Amino acid sequence: MIIAGRELRSFFDSLLAYIMLIAFLGFTGFFTWLFGNGDVFFRGEASMDAFFGVAYWTLFFFIPALTMRLVAEERNSGTIELMLTKPVSDMQFVWGKFLSVFFLICISLALTLPYYITIASIGPIDHGAAWTGYLGTLLMSAAYISIGVFASSLSSNQIVSFLLALLIGIFFHLLFGMIARNFTGTLGNVINWFSISGHYQSITRGVIDSKDLIFFFSVIFLGLFGAEAVLVRRNLSSNQ
Amino acid sequence: MDIVVEHITKRYGPQKAVDDVSFTVKTGEILGFLGPNGAGKSTTMKAITCYLAPNEGNIRVGGISIHDDPQAIKNSIGYLPESNPLYTDMPVINYLQFIAKIHGIEKEQVRQRITEMVEVCGLEGEKHKKIGELSKGFRQRVGLAQALIHDPEVLVLDEPTTGLDPNQIVEIRELIRKIGKEKTVLLSSHILAEVEATCDRILIINKGKIVADGTASDLRKRAEGKEILRTGIHGGEEKAVQDALRGLKNVEMVELLARGENLFEVHSKVGQSSAKEIFDLCVGRGWYLTQLTPTETRLEDIFRELTAN
Repeated sequence: MIIAGRELRSFFDSLLAYIMLIAFLGFTGFFTWLFGNGDVFFRGEASMDAFFGVAYWTLFFFIPALTMRLVAEERNSGTIELMLTKPVSDMQFVWGKFLSVFFLICISLALTLPYYITIASIGPIDHGAAWTGYLGTLLMSAAYISIGVFASSLSSNQIVSFLLALLIGIFFHLLFGMIARNFTGTLGNVINWFSISGHYQSITRGVIDSKDLIFFFSVIFLGLFGAEAVLVRRNLSSNQ
Repeated sequence: MDIVVEHITKRYGPQKAVDDVSFTVKTGEILGFLGPNGAGKSTTMKAITCYLAPNEGNIRVGGISIHDDPQAIKNSIGYLPESNPLYTDMPVINYLQFIAKIHGIEKEQVRQRITEMVEVCGLEGEKHKKIGELSKGFRQRVGLAQALIHDPEVLVLDEPTTGLDPNQIVEIRELIRKIGKEKTVLLSSHILAEVEATCDRILIINKGKIVADGTASDLRKRAEGKEILRTGIHGGEEKAVQDALRGLKNVEMVELLARGENLFEVHSKVGQSSAKEIFDLCVGRGWYLTQLTPTETRLEDIFRELTAN
């Protein structure tokens, strides 16, 4: 997609992408290799668990920072009118935005492959779990990106978009899981189903279950359709 | 490609921004869209470019309805939005490449089209600069270049000359006239001289409704029958003269043109002439006339009359 290409280029033009890559690699590298009771040497086993645990948290914070400007900035500068009067549909526009950040996350995850290779070379690693871990991380990122795009489409203020994305994100990330613990039976299960962490953990453990896939894809599509619906709503407001 | 607007109404909440507007722009015609701020010019243009959907009515561009195939319409329109939004972090060349790609121009032609646009819009010296570094005039040219890059059949320009200096305005007008010979052009402005100089036809819109439609001379004719006299009367106090003029039977309005020079603009009532009355007034008071010239109705006056509250 052309829009995604433009966005991606503007990430790299604005240093944002570099800062994000360095910070991401730094954080994950630090916690995977050097620090804490989760790192590879402390545990003495060749596993990527520590890496995915850190990636789970860093991506949760980084993705809203990347997505916050996507639609909000266009709305603020008026370029959204320019784009949507080009032969681009609202949905293509939203997808372009989504894909640009998704590609950036793909690049940063690709740059962590050396971790995997080194760990694999120093001990027996569960290859299956490592690859599904990457898959899970990608799916989780995609879900947060789509939430971020949705949040960004709601406001023309980037800070508001950022906080909104975090707010929606924290529910999926943490709160649904915590709330679910207070309920038993079906209700607890239903709420727990909304928690990203459960689905993420089962995938990173090496189990690809269609239930988890359905969950991630429904969050992604819900976010993107939501963003499109917000764009269509411009017809009702008076200030656009 | 003709633009046919049929009875469109656009509501923002309870307020009607555009109220049952219909008009047609033919190929090879430049239509000037005039109106005070907030009259509904931009909203109509946004509806034509498929950015906003009207609540009622239909718009057809080249026979295609906006409700059926907006993507096809968007591809045949070159649009310069009101505030000329641009991606300020992109260099001019990259920006034009990006727009060309979005329009689906074939790879081999992109280069040639960009060279052409850079030449037509006079961007040769600035093409590698970032758009954010350009002056307003050059940004406006970039905006025009992006609207023209895919050689559209229809051009919709929302206040294309704002922020330009007089030389640039003349250049842009010439460019628009040149383009307008083969294409359909709809341009909005609140500068009357501009519309008169550039457009074949003028459409005046006020509070969402079309109040006048025709060529500049058509509109003048409508306002004819109203005599306006440029009158200079010396020999008396300015205030006294003005009051006396106001008191005349056929006079509707007296405007003081220049303070201290006893120069007035006298508007007569419809179908009446006040020349004789003015002359008689002067004879009676012992004043003398320095000037009594009928003036052509200016477009400004027509505009003011039609759009005054």
